[in-house]
Amino acid sequence: MLQTAPTVNRTIDARGSFCPGPLMELIRGIRESQVGDVLAILSSDKGSRIDIPRWIEKAGHRLIAVQTRDGYDEIVVEKAR
Amino acid sequence: MDEPINLILFSGTDDKLQAAAVLTAGAAALGRPVNLFLQYWALDAFRSERIGRDHGLAPESGPEGRAHVDALRTAGQAGWAETLRQAKDLGGVDIQACSLSMDLLGIEQADLDPLVDGVEGVTAFYLNAGAGQVVFI
Repeated sequence: MLQTAPTVNRTIDARGSFCPGPLMELIRGIRESQVGDVLAILSSDKGSRIDIPRWIEKAGHRLIAVQTRDGYDEIVVEKAR
Repeated sequence: MDEPINLILFSGTDDKLQAAAVLTAGAAALGRPVNLFLQYWALDAFRSERIGRDHGLAPESGPEGRAHVDALRTAGQAGWAETLRQAKDLGGVDIQACSLSMDLLGIEQADLDPLVDGVEGVTAFYLNAGAGQVVFI
């Protein structure tokens, strides 16, 4: 299946921030965004790739991707409500 | 509505306050109300002229633990007071000073950092806690 990469409206670089800093920054970013916006969060905290998708599910947003990059993870989410 | 999580902070060392702040932020991120009740040495650490100081670590940390904590701080870890400020920005976090501990330490609310929302007794704390878990740190 051909998948087109969604257009990221905003990238939050939280690399170097420790737990729960990246999630705090993502929540702030989500609050400042409109429904339908796509945000990418970059995190070098090892817990983020587990915690952030769980939070996205609980908060009712849409997880688009979790990708491991060089020394950090990129998590892409669409604000759904 | 979820029951609140209720943390009694007794210890005033930076490691325990840091752990409590992270637990608070995590619960707040999930939209769960959090009540913090400050007693004894934890309350002392919230004095406005002391909150930014080094409050030491629990005795079991030892020199090696100290080095690990210092390394994380040097790498840019947010301190516990900053983490609590972020948690309060999310909403649902209420921080109350124990009135007995206020008397014990001889302090007034004006002496405390603005993170502290008020002063209450143990009965009010339990009433606010409702059926939620109570954790002592």
